[in-house]
Amino acid sequence: MLSVSNLHAAVDGKEILKGLSLEVPAGEVHAIMGPNGAGKSTLSYVLTGRDGYEVTEGSATLDGEDLLSLEPEERAAKGVFLSFQYPLEIPGVPALTFVRTALNAQRRARGEPEVTAPEFLKLVRARAGELKIDFDMLKRALNVGFSGGEKKRMEILQMAILQPRFLILDETDSGLDIDALKIVADGVNALRGPDRGMLVITHYQRLLDYIKPDRVHVLAGGRIVASGGPELALQLEREGYDRYARAA
Amino acid sequence: MSVIASIRARDVAELPGKRDEDWRWTDLRGLIREAPEPSRPYSGDLPAGPFAGLAAEEVVIANGEGGAHVDVLPAQTRRLALRFVSQGDGGHAARASIAVEAGGTLVLLESYEGQGGYLGHAGLAISVGTGATLERIVLADDSGDGVTVSQAEVHLEPGARFVQTVLTSGARRQRLETHVRHPGGHAELRLDGVYLLSGKRHADLTTVVTHEGLDGATTQLAKGVVRDQARGVFQGRIVVAEGADRTDARMGHHALILSDRAEVDAKPELEIYADDVACAHGNTVGALDDEALFYARQRGIPEAEARALLTEAFVGEVIDRIGDEAARDVARAWVAGRLAGEG
Repeated sequence: MLSVSNLHAAVDGKEILKGLSLEVPAGEVHAIMGPNGAGKSTLSYVLTGRDGYEVTEGSATLDGEDLLSLEPEERAAKGVFLSFQYPLEIPGVPALTFVRTALNAQRRARGEPEVTAPEFLKLVRARAGELKIDFDMLKRALNVGFSGGEKKRMEILQMAILQPRFLILDETDSGLDIDALKIVADGVNALRGPDRGMLVITHYQRLLDYIKPDRVHVLAGGRIVASGGPELALQLEREGYDRYARAA
Repeated sequence: MSVIASIRARDVAELPGKRDEDWRWTDLRGLIREAPEPSRPYSGDLPAGPFAGLAAEEVVIANGEGGAHVDVLPAQTRRLALRFVSQGDGGHAARASIAVEAGGTLVLLESYEGQGGYLGHAGLAISVGTGATLERIVLADDSGDGVTVSQAEVHLEPGARFVQTVLTSGARRQRLETHVRHPGGHAELRLDGVYLLSGKRHADLTTVVTHEGLDGATTQLAKGVVRDQARGVFQGRIVVAEGADRTDARMGHHALILSDRAEVDAKPELEIYADDVACAHGNTVGALDDEALFYARQRGIPEAEARALLTEAFVGEVIDRIGDEAARDVARAWVAGRLAGEG
């Protein structure tokens, strides 16, 4: 599914990713853990095509298709979804309008018919209910004045509606209390499936108690320096990142 | 200096220019080198106006011909479309007076429409009585070659309510000016505006409010979007006279500049001579938020559509404040059309 090979990327001329390689097969959830400054957020932005993140070498493909030459919206239409660490506030655009615009833009890009307003409302009502999101909140400007937990739930709601094929969760647990974390994790787990891959980026092991990864990778100094099963996360929790930071 | 005098006397020396402090960003003297001939009468069929079907009464002032004297009696509720239509390359001026007597209600749907390189002036005298309400919505879709100056003098009685939204796409040069004498006495005033400018168009929203009595309230929210080589001007002055205590005045002007060669000049001014007042103003000029743009694109919204969505939302805050639902729908559609048409 996702295949990243020898990826080098720079921000403002400074190299952050230094030959990162990673394979996430369909149906699997991989966690990327690493110390601050290791390049975790850079990886998520490079994969989604944010301006200012310059790829200098290497490749990233989804099911064999090159991602790096595509615009952010084209990658989204191919099914790449980034759940932001800090979801943006969009003043003046009701959440419903935003999500419907996104869904229909993706469908147009894939040559699928747009969803009608009644179909869309039915879909949103069902998904919002599952995530315990008050429907009236969706009439308000997206994320404006929402709490940290509400913003994260809005991210999960968008995932549930857009049904991406590959998810990148960037520090999804930050700012969440334990109840919100459970709701968010349930939402993510509901999306696990044989055709879908996930990359869970996190500093702490805590999130991985709720979203259980198939593989864990340690990102340090811009490269994957160790990979293992779920037990690697527990080991990192006990021992910290020091030895990997030195290895990098 | 007077635009009307200049048109009537065919004397460009009468035009205000950059040496006049209040006109330094909207220089007519430097623009118009030769006084235009008087406009000929409007010829041909008149197209439907932007508020067609929204008002039972319609008054058309074409190339300065015609006029309006509208008097809304107590307890009357009326809707009036007032259209200033310009055609050709001549000069013309017109006057209209609108009085809403105590307890009356008027929705005034005013439009500026034009084709050609005209120089047009509209002068309005507006009065709103005690307990009366006037909602004035101005939609200015002038010709890109035309020059228009509209000047409204508004007189409020205590307890009156005057709310205004000016929407404009500019002109070769255009100034839409509103002066309000605010008596306090719980009279309520709102002076909103939107300018959406492209090409080489110019729009100037100038307002002057003078609070003369106790307990007056003024709110103002103006927003602009300029691109290409267009220029937006916002001059908002609120004067709180000595003794006009407990005045509450809030002014906001925010503009998006979407190209390197576009320009916005803003002068928010609060002149306060009273002791006990609550006044606030905010003024920002900037570009669209890159992070919000990336967020929208990451969700699959193409860049041009994402820009339009965010820009429309930016302007939408002003549109949402329009009280009259039908006019609000026209305004919203006009904004969407202007933003989409210009990509």
